[in-house]
Amino acid sequence: MSFNITISTGSNTPIYKQITDQVWLAVVTGKLAVGDQLPSVRALAEDLVVNPNTVARAYADLMRDGLIESRAGRGVFITRKRKVFTREEGWRRLEPLIDAAIGEALAMDFTHGELREAFEKKLGQWKPGKGGNRSNE
Amino acid sequence: MNEQSVICTRGLTRYFGSKPAVDNLNLEVPRGSVFAFLGRNGSGKTTTIRMLLGLLEPTRGSGTILGYDIRALPPEARARIGYLTEDHQLYGWMSVKECGEFQSRFYPRWNEKIFRGVIGHFGLKQTARVKDLSRGERAGLCLGLTLAPEPELLVLDDPALGLDPVAHRSLIESMIYLTRRSDRTIFFSSHQLADVERVADYIAVLDRSVLRVCCPLEAFRNSVRQVRLRFSGAPPPMPKIPGLLQTIRSEGELRVICAHYNGATEAALRALNPAQMEPVPLNLEDAFIGYLGERGEKSFILPETEAQP
Repeated sequence: MSFNITISTGSNTPIYKQITDQVWLAVVTGKLAVGDQLPSVRALAEDLVVNPNTVARAYADLMRDGLIESRAGRGVFITRKRKVFTREEGWRRLEPLIDAAIGEALAMDFTHGELREAFEKKLGQWKPGKGGNRSNE
Repeated sequence: MNEQSVICTRGLTRYFGSKPAVDNLNLEVPRGSVFAFLGRNGSGKTTTIRMLLGLLEPTRGSGTILGYDIRALPPEARARIGYLTEDHQLYGWMSVKECGEFQSRFYPRWNEKIFRGVIGHFGLKQTARVKDLSRGERAGLCLGLTLAPEPELLVLDDPALGLDPVAHRSLIESMIYLTRRSDRTIFFSSHQLADVERVADYIAVLDRSVLRVCCPLEAFRNSVRQVRLRFSGAPPPMPKIPGLLQTIRSEGELRVICAHYNGATEAALRALNPAQMEPVPLNLEDAFIGYLGERGEKSFILPETEAQP
């Protein structure tokens, strides 16, 4: 499992949100699949050097959203991938990211053609998420 | 008074001459919390801590720590409190080991394993002389001496002051490690907002002797918001909005920071008829500076009862 959470302080995004965002991203991009185990609250807190309550808060959010489940005595596991946002909300979040990337690229004198090509190439490198099948035991 | 509070003060006040150093402080620290005590230099943090520990007589008001009256703390109460001072007072001629032996005689519950663990974590040798230690090493030694008696309540007065990045990280790791016992409370003063973000679940903010924030960290972050309003022409003058902290005006744009942000705030801003209105995320430092800035009205964020852990 090549999955690592990193956090930064001083960010506009609170730490618990940085954690949930990264778990979501890992699931959506197939880095984490259904059945994969996440570190315990305590282990992740000590690894990231953050208050365990912050990790617990992140896990609680992920559990509420049905992305992970806690199996008694065994740990925390990815259960399924679900649509995170409505289409509309998704676009709203996507647009500033695309704008930022294009803005930076144009400032570095890349052409539209080069950008299109780079985007296509990058897209080809990403596997579509493979955690999509619901495992209802 | 809430019996889940390990520290509770009512109207706690201390004057130096005719000036209040701490003015009418109502502070409540929940058991098991990591509580950050913030404020600019000279805002009254150390004075408060000294009163809480019975080292300084309050001018007015009352307080309890672990349920004991702060004006009459018995030795058994003190034995359950670990206090790390700002200035790491130690005897220079002692070795690290001797410091541990000396300190251990005062505490019935001395845990040598913890002492060795902490000084090891800071890379200290038992045989090193105190006078030869660096600031970070002295901090590590003092932390070891403070933690070894396994205090129920740990009071740290600006523990990060002057630490290099490695010693600093060791300090924060030690604090996280302490949360393994959920009944232990850490009350620390600091200027390091990055530390606060990592370890604190509650914050209190003193501003010129007056308490202005005392709530869960998350509640503070949710309460202080920044909004950008764009206008097709010149922005209108800013009306009085409850909780308004700061308005930054530029061509065709108003950037507004508000405390207690809620539906009413939003409605008041919408009434200005902006062409566009969008939230701009604030990091903790910006929120803190916005809150303590000179332009803000004096507002309070009171503890939220439902947010008790």
